[in-house]
Formats: sequence, structure tokens, C-alpha cells
Amino acid sequence: MAGAEGDDSLYPIAVLIDELRNEDVQLRLNSIKKLSTIALALGVERTRTELLPFLTDTIYDEDEVLLALAEQLGSFTVLVGGPEFVHNLLPPLESLATVEETVVRDKAVESLRKISQEHSPVDLEVHFVPLVKRLASGDWFTSRTSACGLFSVCYPRVSSTVKAEIRQHFRTLCSDDTPMVRRAAASKLGEFAKVLELDYVKSDIIPLFTALASDEQDSVRLLAVEAGVSIATLLPQEDLEALVMPTLRQAAEDKSWRVRYMVADKFSELQKAVGPEITKTDLVPAFQNLLKDCEAEVRAAAANKVKVFCENLPEDSRETIIMTHILPCVKELVSDTNQHVKSALASVIMGLSTILGKDNTVEHLLPLFLVQLKDECPEVRLNIISNLDCVNEVIGIRQLSQSLLPAIVELAEDAKWRVRLAIIEYMPLLAGQLGVEFFDEKLNSLCMAWLIDHVFAIREAATCNLMKLVEKFGAEWAQNTIVPKVLGMANDSNYLHRMTTLFCINALSGVCGQEITTKHMLPVVLKMSTDQVANVRFNVARCLQKIGPVLDSSALQAEVKPVLEKLATDQDMDVKYFALEAISVLSLCSSKLCMLVQFTHSSSQTSPHEPSQCDRIGIGTCLLQHAICFS
Amino acid sequence: MLSPVLCSDLAALEPEYTEADVISTVEFNQTGEFLATGDKGGRVVIFQREPQGEYNVYSTFQSHEPEFDYLKSLEIEEKINKIRWLPPHNPAHFLLTTNDKTVKLWKVSERDKRAEGYNLRDEEGRLKDLSTITTLQVPVLRPMDLLVEASPRRVFANAHAYHINSISVNSDCETYLSADDLRINLWHLNITDRSFNIVDLKPENMEDLSEVITVAEFHPHHCHLLAFSSSTGTTRLCDMRARALCDQHAKLFEEAVDPSRRSFFSEIVSSVSDVKFSHSGRYLLTRDYLTVKVWDLNMENKPLETYQVHDYLRTKLCSLYESDCIFDKFECAWNGTDSVIMTGAYNNYFRMFDRASLRDVTLEASREVCKRRAVLQPRRVCVGKKRKETDVSVDSLDFRKKILHTAWHPKENIIAIAASNNLYIFQDRMAPNGHHNTPEIQSAPPK
Repeated sequence: MAGAEGDDSLYPIAVLIDELRNEDVQLRLNSIKKLSTIALALGVERTRTELLPFLTDTIYDEDEVLLALAEQLGSFTVLVGGPEFVHNLLPPLESLATVEETVVRDKAVESLRKISQEHSPVDLEVHFVPLVKRLASGDWFTSRTSACGLFSVCYPRVSSTVKAEIRQHFRTLCSDDTPMVRRAAASKLGEFAKVLELDYVKSDIIPLFTALASDEQDSVRLLAVEAGVSIATLLPQEDLEALVMPTLRQAAEDKSWRVRYMVADKFSELQKAVGPEITKTDLVPAFQNLLKDCEAEVRAAAANKVKVFCENLPEDSRETIIMTHILPCVKELVSDTNQHVKSALASVIMGLSTILGKDNTVEHLLPLFLVQLKDECPEVRLNIISNLDCVNEVIGIRQLSQSLLPAIVELAEDAKWRVRLAIIEYMPLLAGQLGVEFFDEKLNSLCMAWLIDHVFAIREAATCNLMKLVEKFGAEWAQNTIVPKVLGMANDSNYLHRMTTLFCINALSGVCGQEITTKHMLPVVLKMSTDQVANVRFNVARCLQKIGPVLDSSALQAEVKPVLEKLATDQDMDVKYFALEAISVLSLCSSKLCMLVQFTHSSSQTSPHEPSQCDRIGIGTCLLQHAICFS
Repeated sequence: MLSPVLCSDLAALEPEYTEADVISTVEFNQTGEFLATGDKGGRVVIFQREPQGEYNVYSTFQSHEPEFDYLKSLEIEEKINKIRWLPPHNPAHFLLTTNDKTVKLWKVSERDKRAEGYNLRDEEGRLKDLSTITTLQVPVLRPMDLLVEASPRRVFANAHAYHINSISVNSDCETYLSADDLRINLWHLNITDRSFNIVDLKPENMEDLSEVITVAEFHPHHCHLLAFSSSTGTTRLCDMRARALCDQHAKLFEEAVDPSRRSFFSEIVSSVSDVKFSHSGRYLLTRDYLTVKVWDLNMENKPLETYQVHDYLRTKLCSLYESDCIFDKFECAWNGTDSVIMTGAYNNYFRMFDRASLRDVTLEASREVCKRRAVLQPRRVCVGKKRKETDVSVDSLDFRKKILHTAWHPKENIIAIAASNNLYIFQDRMAPNGHHNTPEIQSAPPK
């Protein structure tokens, strides 16, 4: 009897263990993800002596299995018997830290870093540090790269002799033969510097930093830039000039554009790290050079930083620096030959207005905005429009409206549907800032035109846009301007447009409120229930389900229920399905229908083709969108 | 001088080999311990050098399969165009293989342990009686016979509109390039869904097309330098530091052609079929139809050295054009110390040039030599009357037997020669470390 009981509890675990070796990767993966269950069942002793040795040797497996294993082992301490046994987890993680797949190695290192904290100081020196040393002096670069990420977690917690050894190992890796290892060391240099005593930062880290920053491989030098930023934050201001700045200056003028790009990309961090004085003397000219760089990628990266850089300039001289040094470069970038540069600039240039204030904005920035609003590249115009709110706060949007309108109209009619989609998304924002009158006069017709766009994604976004506009301008505005037009489309000869009416009603009923919905929308929806196209009819059912909660119960009982009941007997099975669903959701069912509803519900859960039924319009529009993407 | 180590006939059992067996590329790995060949059937065969010096088959796998591009109604051949080994990562070996369209990264690894012990089944797979299971069993690993397995790690697809002719791994060990007729793309070895176009020769109007890229290679030490050459006989050196797009070259290596010697065939025969950086990184070796040239990276206007491979064909260009032979793409190779150059020719001949002594030799890769395991004897092609019994007249050369693909061991004097479906490996009898490698050690491998 006891044996039989044993079987019952053992069986699921037995299956899990067997599936660790299943031929199907998915099953192995499932099993590995439940490794803690297996370990719990085996107990700490057997986990240590049997399970872990087995796992140590399973590094032949697929990456995703190894990745899951590396992750699991990071939180396995309790399962091997707590902190005093945590070193038992080192062998499997050590072998995972040498596999060729970067993501697996990184995860193994992450887990090693995690469990290093659970080692007692003694265990750290007895078990963990030797592992780091083994990895650091391994034959293969995979193990040496992994070692780079482990120095900083053990350094603070070991004796000074071991500390010296660790520093020595790190030094060796910084001058490794393979660029992969030097890159790994360069990327961990900043992190390692943080845990080192300041004297050692000066005596050890600085020479390493200087060496890596002048490595023969671009890919190593560019990583040294980031390390330089971290190191700069650690040093007292008076040492920066002598120890870090020469190298950073050299990086900003490196022969390789990738290194200069990295400097541009890290410019705001750099600015914070070196403080206001060096910013004024060194970074401003460096930034000017980056904005004028011969490589477009560098200019674009620098252009992205214009706003943040200006914001963080020391307050006393901010305006002078911007006006005399930065703005002339910005003016040139507005007419750059490369569209990525222009669009990067357009995404931040509006932010300058808050920094420079009203007068400067009107005099200097406004002309630039106007040029960018007329740019040939839609992305540039879009970026300007999407940031209008910054300018609005400073000078009001009216100043721009004359140029804004043609830009918006042009984007609204762009041949690329993604561009149209992007401008639709800014409509609520624009409407809020331009005001209801301007909107009615100039933009309303655009919003309506999008409803009959030939791309579904645009029509869908247009309905959503209407909802947001109503939220801004109120139900009364909706009743006067939008609702009549939307309802008018119900008589359109194109069934896609008739469906758009339904989608709009879905979106608008909530924000328009009960009165408008009952009085104006509901009759139209009910009328459409006799549409000859089944797609329209089942969308009527879905629509009724959606607007039901907005209606009062008398309208529901008297008007909606009969229509839905009729649709529930429709000859098209989709119409039937959605009608029954609506009846059930709105709790309109008489007992006979109720059973039917439940029946269809339970069958729909198991029926595999159910989703494709309700998405059958979706597929068509998807294809249409794809066709347009490719065209 | 050279004697055979291995003559592998991959289809010796069939009297007539099939097209799929024709070797299309040969490449040693960084240590020379392994040699990979690719063939027109999409297969890759890896040979490992045994301690005694002979190369034996280590692993064989199907790298590419024939495909069909439905959008363009185009058949995509499975033929392996190039193989490149990655620098060693860990005990496994990694190599990139490419056909016309898709580059794949393969891992070749050894396994000598097998897990044993199921809970619910016995080792034959029969279900156990559940009532007998009273304890959980964790699988244990037991030694087994060595198993070498090749697994595809990455597939880099959909980036080339034209046929890929070259792949080259960068010295930064994390990127590589792939070049087709008009474009060169840069890939990260870990990222398969994105590549950067760094060179684009495609004109706006395809009617203006005047040159195509024939081969591209990274510098062995400087990660920012790459060379590519074109059908017009030029080789360009690009510096990736200067710009993200390398359309503008840093250097252009081109030799002025004597206008008086211009002919209809001038451009065809000057098309560069292979480019190899020397191991030192100082020189470039280029092969065109009739010559191999050594260029100093510091001198663009003319080659440092020019060697005639088969100048006697200069008068036969017309018939070579008619038979399409003039479009054959011969490869070239440096020896480990950059002092000797090797390249292939017709009639299963290959040529070697000693740069210091300016001596050259023509050798033949043939199965007879292999069978006798004899030392290779120099051959001579004569234009006029035969001077010696062994001389071969130009008119009797067999143009169907050509040696296009050759490779030199990175350190030792071992060469690999592909002649249609045969792979020949020859070794200097006097090994560089001084001891003799007698040919008798080899058991004749044609299998």
C-alpha cells in the first residue's frame, strides 16, 4: 500500500527526470524549467551528488535549454542545502560559462554573480575565486570573456593578497591576444573600477583604460569610451584633467567613426561625469565637432543629444554657449544631406525652445522649425509635429499654424500608409493645441477622409482618433460634427465603409453617452442588421454587445433583444455565433437560448477554427496591408 | 619536393562521378589540423590530421539543400561557394559555409558521453512496471564511442539579391562580410536578422552596369580594412573607419594596360578571380586569368611582382572564349611564410612561384602519382617542338581538367588541391621540423 502511494507521488517527478533526456527540445526545456521541483523531490543530498554532476555534463544541449538551466541554477542555493553548500553549484555554471553561445554564457555569469553573494567570505576564497582564476586563464576565449564579469563581485569581499591577484588577472585579460577578451575586459572596466580602492583606480585602472582606448581594434576602443565615463565619475575633479581627459579627447577625434559615434552616443553621461568646468572648456568644442562630423551616423548621434546637452550646460553661461556655439551648428544640420541626421535633430530641436525662452525661440528657432516642417522627408516633418507641445508652452502654436497645416495635410495624404498612420496618432494632440475652431475648419475633413482609407490599419486608427477627439471636445461637439457623417456612411455602397460605421459606433458610444447612443446610433445599427453582407451583420451583433452597457434596459429589451434573436437564427454561422454571444453577455437570454449559448461557448473553446472565423475580415486586411507594404 | 599525403576520391566507387561530387571550395582551419571541402552537392567534408600526418575524414554533413525562390521563380543551387573557419572558441569547431544566397554557421563538436538510466523505461525503451518504481533515478553519464556531430547554429539569409561569391571573417572575431556581384554586407556573427550594406556598386540603371565584385576579403589583422576586386581588374582597399558606407575606396590597385596590347579579351582576362592578403598583412595576392600578382599595400600603381601562370594560352584566348573556359575562376594561395605562391591551371596542373629565387614549377595532381606515393615531378608545357620526352604540348592540354581551388596549410608545407571530384593533399617530404615524413606511412586512401 505504501509502495503504491509512493508510485503516485513519484510518477510526475519520474516523468520530469526522464524528459530531461527527451528527444523533443520543448519537453527537455519544460523539464529544465521545473528543475527546482526535481531537486526538491530528490532532496538536497541527491541534488548535490547526482543531479548537479549530471547537469554539469549536459552542455551538449540546445541553447534554449542551456539558457534555462543557467538561469535556474542562479536561484538553486536553497535546493542544494543553503549557503554552506552553494559552491556545489559552481561546476555546472563553470561549464556553462564556457559554451560558445553568448546569451548562455552571459546568463551563466549572471547566475554566478548572484550566487557569489551567497558565499561566505571563506567559501568565496576557497571555491569561487579559484573558479574565476580558472576561467581567466582558460584555453578558450569563451571562458576568459566570462571571467571578466566576475572580478567585480568577488573583489570587495576578499583579503588583500587575493585582491592583488585579482587585479593581476584583470590586467592580463586587458592585454589578451583575442579581441573578444579585450572587449569583454573593456566593457567591465568601469564596473571593476567602481569596486577598487581609489589609489588602485589611479595606479591600475587608468593605464588599462589608456591602453584599451588606443587598442588597434576599433571594436575595443569604442568600448573604452563607456569605461572612461564610469571612471571619470569615480575620480576627484582635480585628477580628471590629467588622467582621463587626454584619452577622451583622443577618442572624440578618433580616426574611426564608430569610436566617435560612441562618444556622441555617451555624450550626456560624459557631460555629467566631468562636471561644468571641463564641459565648458572641452566638451563644447568637442560637441561642435561631432555635430559637424564627416560621417552621418556620428552627426545623427550627436544631433540626438542636442537638447540634453544644452539642458545640462551650467546655468550661468548656458544661453551664451547655445547661441554662439551650438545654434550655428544646429542651423547647418537643418539642411543636412542625410535624412537620418535631419530627423534625429527634428526629434529634439523643439526642446530647445523651453531652454532659450520666448524671444530667442521666435527669432532663431522658429525659422528652423518652419524649414523642417517643409522638409522633403516625412519623418522629419513628423518628428517636428510630434513634439509640438514643447513649443506650445513657450510661444503658442499659432505662430506655426500657417506652416503646420500644409505639412499636416501633406502627411495625411502621404502614399505610405505608415506615415499616414503616424500623423493620425498625433491628431488628438494637435487638436488639443490648435483648438476646436481651427480643427473644425481645417482638420475635420481629414479625419473623416481617413475613415474611408483603403488600408484597414488607417481606418482603425481613424476610429480610435475620433474617440480621442470626442474625449477632448465633448459629446455635444461630436453630435454636431462627427456623428452625422459617421452615420451617413451606413448607407454607403461599399460594405467596408458600412462596417467602419459600426467600428466607429463601438468606439464612440462610450464617450458620447447614453442619449446620443440611444437616439442616433442605435437605430442605424439596428437597421444594418438586415444588411445583405454577413460580415456587416455579425459586426452588428458585436456592436450591439459593445454598446449594450451604454443603453438603458428598456431599449435593450425592446429594441436590441428582438434584433439579436433574429440574428441568432441567421443562416450564416458566424452571425449566429456572435449574436448568441451578445445575448449571453448582455444577459438577454430566455432559458431556451441560454442552453444554446452555453453550447456554442463550450464548443467554441475546443473548436480550433473558431478564431479564424471571427478574424476572417482581419486576414483580408492584413493581406491588403502587406501588399501595400511591398508596393 | 612534394609528395602525396592523401588522394581522396569522393566517388571512387562509381566509375563516372556525378556533378554533385565536384569540389567547389577547400579551406584549412587556423591551426591546419582540419581541412574542409565543400562540393556542388551542398556537402561539407572535414578532414582531420592524424598525429602521423595523414588527413582522415572527421565529419561529413549536408550544409545546403537545393531551394526554389518562389517570388523570383529562381532555383537556388546547393553548391558550396566558400567555407571559412572561425577562430577557435572552445573545443568545438565553427565554420561558415555559403551557397549563392544563404550563409550558415556550423558547429562541429565531439561527444564521448551518453546519459543512461530512465525511471519509467528500461534502456531498450520498454515501459517498466510502475509498481517496481520505488525510488527516483537520476541519469548518469557513461563513456561511449566518439561521436562527431555537426549542427547548424545560425542561418544568415535574405540579404543578397545576387550570387554570393565570398565570405570573410573579420579579425575582431565578431563580424564577417558576405559579398555578391554588386554588394558587400557586414554581419554580426550572433545576429541573423540584420546586416549592414557597406559597399553597393549597383547603378541606378542596370544598363549602366560596368563592373561586378568578384571577391572580397578582410585584412588578417586590421579589423577596419577590407579588399575587394572587380571584373575590371581593379582591387580596392576600403577603410571602414572613415565612413559607414565604403563606396569610396581608400586605395585602388590597378595596373595600366599597354594600349597596344589591348584586344577584345583584355578586360575578360584581367578580371580578378581571387584576392588573398598575405599572412603578414603587408601584401595582396591577386589572380587573373593569365597571371598572379603581388601588390604592396603601399603601392597602388603597379604590382610588386607579376608571375605568368600559363602565358602560352595568350594565343588560344579565342577558343577558350568559345568553350567558356576564359571565365574560369582560379584561386590563389600564400604559403605560411608568404615566400611561395600557389595557383591552379589546366590539365590538372598547378603552379608554384618562389618569390625570393624567382623559380617556378609546374606540378600535376594525378591519381597515378598518388598510387605510387612518389615525389611529384615537374612538368613542362612547350609551345613549339618537344624538347624532352616528358614535355607536354599546349595543344594536348585537357581544358576540362582544371584546378580551381587550392589551399595551403597555415604553417607547414602541406597543400590541398581540388581537381573535380578529387582532393589531393601533398606534403613536403622534409617536414619543417626536420624529420622525414616518408610517404610509405600513408595507406593509400582512395575510398
